[in-house]
Amino acid sequence: MKLTLNGQAFEADGPLTVQDLLRRIGREGVPCAVEVNQSLVPHRQRAERTLGEGDRIEVVTLVGGG
Amino acid sequence: MTATFTPTIVPAIPPLQVGSFTLRSRLVVGTGKYRDLEQTREAIEASGADAVTVAVRRERLFDAQGRSLLDALPLDRLTVLPNTAGCFSADDAVRVARLGRDLLEQLGNPGSRWVKLEVLGDKATLLPDPQGTLEATRELVKDGFEVLVYSSDDAILARRLRDAGATSVMPAGSPIGSGRGVANPEAIAILLQVLKDPTHGGQPGFPVIVDAGVGTPSDVTIAMELGADGVLLNTGIAHAADPVRMAHAMRLACASGWLGARSGRIPRKLLGSASSPWNGTFVHIPGE
Repeated sequence: MKLTLNGQAFEADGPLTVQDLLRRIGREGVPCAVEVNQSLVPHRQRAERTLGEGDRIEVVTLVGGG
Repeated sequence: MTATFTPTIVPAIPPLQVGSFTLRSRLVVGTGKYRDLEQTREAIEASGADAVTVAVRRERLFDAQGRSLLDALPLDRLTVLPNTAGCFSADDAVRVARLGRDLLEQLGNPGSRWVKLEVLGDKATLLPDPQGTLEATRELVKDGFEVLVYSSDDAILARRLRDAGATSVMPAGSPIGSGRGVANPEAIAILLQVLKDPTHGGQPGFPVIVDAGVGTPSDVTIAMELGADGVLLNTGIAHAADPVRMAHAMRLACASGWLGARSGRIPRKLLGSASSPWNGTFVHIPGE
């Protein structure tokens, strides 16, 4: 399954949930927020949200800002 | 031995109520542009701020990981105010606000209830896009956010933002990071009248925070003397040669302006008015 993760191509074997993806990239348990195709996936729904071919995923965090 | 100057106790300055948030400090500071996380933490502490702004950005998934901002900040003592900086449309600002809220919910920080809304017009001026800002305000209010809106110093736009449900309107003193201070004090004064004076349909308790452009402590004081409830700044501290010292100066300037604004300044006069008595002078006075 071809995904786009933070703007870069990412190949993954499906089926895959958002939680699975975060585990695979070492972000499970680390505070972050996830958007799939420009829609927030609330952190409590990560285990239920399955990813599909071509999904564009953003994994974001908080950084210094004004 | 040199005597140390010990100031008398400063009269208590009441906290600032912004929606459901009670801020002990009327100075709100950003966390961007510092040399490192240690300097960020020290400057925030020196500023006395109990609310700090942060930005939402992509995780660096594909390169080395260092300590993050979240490790450096005392999150148990600070309310984090996530911003939508870098957004140029209402839709993108709403996306970023929701991501920030989800992150702060995970951290258990009360800052998940509010957002600093920025919808910018372009990258060069960093001035707000009034129409996009108003649209995003409506959408975020509908979604349950307490919205603190970065705005221009236009009083009529500010009133529209308040009427759209903004929790606070935050007019720019001058463009973000420009260090030019309150470029148009009269526009800020008019905005404050329109939003706060009951004779103009205003509400005295509606919080107005001057956001952006502040370069020096005197800029902070001028904003507060005009009647602003607070000041939000980042670059003025973070890019000073000594950010920690500058953070102390900004904190004191904020208190100074608040006290000055409520002490009844003297009327301006064209000519002088002697402080020492004429009575009892024993020298020649020209013209007498």
